[in-house]
Amino acid sequence: MNPTGMLPKFMRPAPKPPTERPGAKPSVAETAQTQAAEAGAGVVGWLDERTGASPFLRGFLFRKVPKGTNWFYTLGSATMFAFVSQAVTGVFLAMYYEPDPSRAYSSAAHITNDVFLGELVRGMHRWGSTVMIVLLFLHMGRTFVFGAYKYPRELNWVIGVVLTVLTLMMGLTGYLLPFDQRSFWATVVGVNINASGPIMGPYLADFMRGGAEFGATTLSRFYALHMMLIPGLIGALIGAHLYLVAKLGTSAPPWLKAEKKSLGREEL
Amino acid sequence: MADTTDKHKRKSRYTTDRNIPGAFEGETVTRRTFMTGGALAAGGIASAAFGLPALGFALGPMFERSAPETWQDVGSVDEFSIETYVPVVMNIVPSIGEAGKTTVYVRKFDPERDAARNNDLPYVAISTRCAHLGCPVRYIQASQRFVCPCHGGVYDFEGKVSGGPPVRPLDRFYTRVENGRVQVGDRFSVNSELRRFSPRDPSNHLDGLWQYLYPSRPST
Repeated sequence: MNPTGMLPKFMRPAPKPPTERPGAKPSVAETAQTQAAEAGAGVVGWLDERTGASPFLRGFLFRKVPKGTNWFYTLGSATMFAFVSQAVTGVFLAMYYEPDPSRAYSSAAHITNDVFLGELVRGMHRWGSTVMIVLLFLHMGRTFVFGAYKYPRELNWVIGVVLTVLTLMMGLTGYLLPFDQRSFWATVVGVNINASGPIMGPYLADFMRGGAEFGATTLSRFYALHMMLIPGLIGALIGAHLYLVAKLGTSAPPWLKAEKKSLGREEL
Repeated sequence: MADTTDKHKRKSRYTTDRNIPGAFEGETVTRRTFMTGGALAAGGIASAAFGLPALGFALGPMFERSAPETWQDVGSVDEFSIETYVPVVMNIVPSIGEAGKTTVYVRKFDPERDAARNNDLPYVAISTRCAHLGCPVRYIQASQRFVCPCHGGVYDFEGKVSGGPPVRPLDRFYTRVENGRVQVGDRFSVNSELRRFSPRDPSNHLDGLWQYLYPSRPST
């Protein structure tokens, strides 16, 4: 007989609950908890097994970066985040905006004055456009000053330049949409600047206006360009830009010296 | 046998010479090449079937005349003099409401000043669209000049450039008199000698060698 058996009943330790005895089945609550905890992993695993995403994501997200990588290298991601923010706020603005010459201004005013959080969303889109362009040029400046456009990354620079032009086109086409006096006349002048190019200029201006005069077609044309054509191109080119970044890797900052004493020189 | 092992020798055009199974006499295109070409052609035709109409849809307005042909009443004949300009409001693009309106400066034909050019028009109607980039100019009677607020373009009483960046005089409109009422019609552009041209965009030159870089467009 074990020593506790000799103790009075009230001094003996309480027996273990049935779930903790050897060979006991886990309680219903415990089973549900474990299943819930493993469900996430299960779904991820299911997807991963069928898409092969994890080797791709591991290579993309956990790729090696050179020593000396610093905060300046985040400007590209910041620009992309600004684009995503523009895309999201833009989609929600489109739920209230009407690209019709007689209603464009009043629908924009309605967003600002009446719609719940409309002022905030429109403000984010309006100021976000400036933020995106500022970040884009800082990113471009970083690439230029660090010499990151050189071999083998020239194509990525070219894609970046196209993205810059497309972003400025977003600025031009978006500026017209509030359809107030300022946006109207600024766009008139902007289109006329395009018309000042020799030979093709006047045709380009006709294309943008949808005719010889600035009319109702112009607004819907700018809206379609701003909403669909240019954002689609920007999204596709960002994909190509990122693919090349992941494939080629990033460059070390120019002030970083090679660690080993130049092998190349001795070999030469 | 030596011929078939020589890598540098060009392959024969004929499938029979290349020992392709199922080849027959005189055949040069393999079935695989034919199917690849056929699939590409089908895809190309299908893409063109929607791509070309869409392109034409977007580019069409560049090639069709879209400038409105209208005559608009701007007042009776005795409202205008030869000494100064009277601003009147015209509706250039009625479909966009207020934004489609523009100011036009109108004065009477002056036999002394205007005899040389455009003497078939009973009134001189000057467009307020600056010939630099299209900002609205205003007429200042004290200096008898048209002045643009954007980049400092200045025009004299006849609308000829007297300073700043504009590349040609201010555009004008056709005018006529019907039953004692002055009517203003289509816009036309003028060069530095006030010779008439089809309406051009601001910033398009009409003088010297430059004019050949800015041909007239089908849309006007």
